[in-house]
Amino acid sequence: MTKFNAWNVFKNGLNGQTGWSRQWRDPEPKENYDVIIIGGGLHGLATAYYLAKNHNIHNIAVLEKGWIGGGNAGRNTTIVRSNYMLPGNHEFYEHSLKLWENLSHELNYNVMFSQRAHVSLFHSPGAKDVNARRYNTMRLNGTDGELWDLDKLKKNIPHLNYNDARFPIMGAAVQPRAGNARHDSAVWGYARAADSLGVDIIQNCEVTGVTRQNGDIETIQTSRGNIKGKKVGFAVAGNTSRLWQMAGLGNLPIESHKLQAFVTESIKPFLDHVVVYGVGGAHFYISQSDKGSLVFGGDLDWYKSYAQRGNLPIVQDVAEAAMAILPSIGRLRLLRHWAGVMDMSMDGTFFICKTPISNLYLNAGWNYGGFKASPASGWYFADLIANEHPHKYIQNHHLERFEQGINLDERGAGPDPKLHG
Amino acid sequence: MNVVLAQIQSCTVNMIRIKCPYCGERDHSEFAYGGDASIKYPNLDASKEEWTEAIFFRENIRGFQKETWHHLNGCRMWLEVDRSTITHEIKSVKPCHPDLQKIMELKK
Repeated sequence: MTKFNAWNVFKNGLNGQTGWSRQWRDPEPKENYDVIIIGGGLHGLATAYYLAKNHNIHNIAVLEKGWIGGGNAGRNTTIVRSNYMLPGNHEFYEHSLKLWENLSHELNYNVMFSQRAHVSLFHSPGAKDVNARRYNTMRLNGTDGELWDLDKLKKNIPHLNYNDARFPIMGAAVQPRAGNARHDSAVWGYARAADSLGVDIIQNCEVTGVTRQNGDIETIQTSRGNIKGKKVGFAVAGNTSRLWQMAGLGNLPIESHKLQAFVTESIKPFLDHVVVYGVGGAHFYISQSDKGSLVFGGDLDWYKSYAQRGNLPIVQDVAEAAMAILPSIGRLRLLRHWAGVMDMSMDGTFFICKTPISNLYLNAGWNYGGFKASPASGWYFADLIANEHPHKYIQNHHLERFEQGINLDERGAGPDPKLHG
Repeated sequence: MNVVLAQIQSCTVNMIRIKCPYCGERDHSEFAYGGDASIKYPNLDASKEEWTEAIFFRENIRGFQKETWHHLNGCRMWLEVDRSTITHEIKSVKPCHPDLQKIMELKK
């Protein structure tokens, strides 16, 4: 792998860009690995990277049924934030944000992390109080958070609908260090960095079965042959339940729902922040990409589905929410529109945990929020696989928490997966 | 290829259409999704494990599943729909309440 640096850019500028090598190899699967990670998304690749880097385990395979960047890594709205309140969650997401802050250097790959601030609008005194509580809790735990009054908000984002909005804007809860990153760069960067540490990234390799011996997982059957692994990690958000059942483990506290996202044609710099609007049944988040497109999304499609395509009523809902706060984008045309399949968990919080099978580890249930979490998810999942013991931040992120009554429900929405947006 | 195109068309161009036994065929936006209809709630004095399984754990079927929909902006009846979670094709729709189902069959 050729390192990206000023000298190599200069040198290849002179020799017609012929000196670059492949970003990652395309190896044939070996028969045996120390660790097999199923799922070549951000979480799986980050796990493989930190296993190799932090724990010195290099005989690792990452199995991906499609291609790198073709699943949810390429189907998100790229927002990175750490405004979580519950113990465990806030430390975890704050660590993730800190990893994002240094990720371009860490991976030698520009992930275009832009800390442009996450601006969450509120529209009533009650909502202001709720936000003040959440953001004060964050500040007490060392995360940044601010409340902006209307004057400050108008100065920063002058073109929101302050005049005749159905729900007048009163101010915003803001996390200045939050922002976005480039989704492709993140997943390609992790793939390239993991590969350079010896990890085999095996694409077009769909898992078709799991063979167990004496209770443990022995062989993973795939479309590219049988592969043996001493330890196996699942990181296949969207299809976790299918793999879980292949391993003969029954049901999970997860439902698969689809979430849509939208991209408009490119325009000149228009929106400097990530803006979130959620009131009166609406849910809307928007930012502008480096290419100038507006990237935005809203709610789930409200019914369980594995189809990676969205329905029309949500297109209308999202367009209405957009017009409610940013009427000036009403003439823009949509260029692209897609849906990804989410692991919606029963309390809106993820799982990084051991399982009833002693050599199987689970990373799942990321709901809407998997993208921002991916560096820390890889970090702590790798730690769990290597050390067999959950870090204290994720000690309650296991499957038994429902039976024990220690649900991690940030929204307080109850055991209905579709409500944990 | 045509099969794939037809599937994409059926899911994006056409909305899910549910044939309500009372009101006829309507867009799914008239309905509210309930969830997995196969869940049987245990007795009140059942064990903690049984209740945990019923409330929190799901089979999360990829394929045809029985699920409940509430005709919220129509007759307000709860319906049991047999729908594919891959293609969104619907095989059957019937009232959730077994007695109502019997009455519907008698009427036929």
